[in-house]
Amino acid sequence: MVSSSSEPSSAAAADGRADAARRYRMSVLAKAGAPALSARWSGWLDGAAEPAFTWLRAPETGGVMVRGRAGGTGAPFNLGEMTVTRCALRLEDGSVGHAWVQGRDRDKARIAALVDALMQGPAAAALEAAVIAPLREEAAAARRARAAKAAATKVDFFTLVRGENA
Amino acid sequence: MTAEVLEGGFADVATDSARAFRAAMEAMARPGTLYTVTGGQGPAPLSPAASVLLLTLVDAETPLHLAGAHDREEVRAWLRFHTGAPLVERAEAMFALGTWEALVPLEDYAIGTPEYPDRSATLIVDGWDMEGTGATLSGPGIADTMRAALPDAAALRGNAALFPLGLDFCFTHGTRLGALPRSTRIG
Repeated sequence: MVSSSSEPSSAAAADGRADAARRYRMSVLAKAGAPALSARWSGWLDGAAEPAFTWLRAPETGGVMVRGRAGGTGAPFNLGEMTVTRCALRLEDGSVGHAWVQGRDRDKARIAALVDALMQGPAAAALEAAVIAPLREEAAAARRARAAKAAATKVDFFTLVRGENA
Repeated sequence: MTAEVLEGGFADVATDSARAFRAAMEAMARPGTLYTVTGGQGPAPLSPAASVLLLTLVDAETPLHLAGAHDREEVRAWLRFHTGAPLVERAEAMFALGTWEALVPLEDYAIGTPEYPDRSATLIVDGWDMEGTGATLSGPGIADTMRAALPDAAALRGNAALFPLGLDFCFTHGTRLGALPRSTRIG
């Protein structure tokens, strides 16, 4: 948090942007379907072995309470519980990857954490193009398709003036 | 965050924590008997046994107090990653960690209420070896009597006199763990 009296330094601003970008790509990975993610991942590996790593926290599955701010008051509301799998690992070059993903698929959590760790290194641009961007596109396409389906069922209600209050 | 503070967790969480919990329960059930626990190692000055105890007993719902030299950024970061325990002042703590010198005075910690004697703190005294003959222990879980080394017998006797209220203690040294519940009489 930056106090109002001081300007954020450019380093802090760059950190903030990097954090936001990381948060965004982890959200793409967390919500991606496990088959789609592992297909993109093996496509990127292209037959090569997975990078070696050690577990800092082996994949474990648990529940989290999803909260939202619904309505105009801004009060948080418990939407419901959700199953998540989390893990953390370290590559041999020392970069640490964390992942919290939807569902109970350990492989998905491992791949997401590997991507997170690799995105901190020189492979970032290639990975972004091979894994993150296609998944983001797929998610956007799915969202559009659902919105289009929902839009087709839209019903407009008209109220006829009945005259009692006139 | 550096990788060092992320290491030292259980390799196999389910098995390691079950084993450690069993050891902690046995230690509490047999005051003065020492058990060896392994599998976790937090940053210095945490001993392996204290690390294992924290990984097993502490989570996001158990407020923890770090006393003295144990209140270091590395230890805090390690606990944040592995346990998620909120760090609090002495009076609010369910667990407290430190050397005996850093943890005293005992009056600062919650001893429970007559309705809820379980709402009391458990003190993890790191770096104290119970191996010794300083004090004679008797009471529940001890067949006859038991000899053990205690840091301050008078203060601990005062704590035992509060029964059913009072504090419980775990003494950790290296990979060894011993315990002294409030029900033990100190001769």
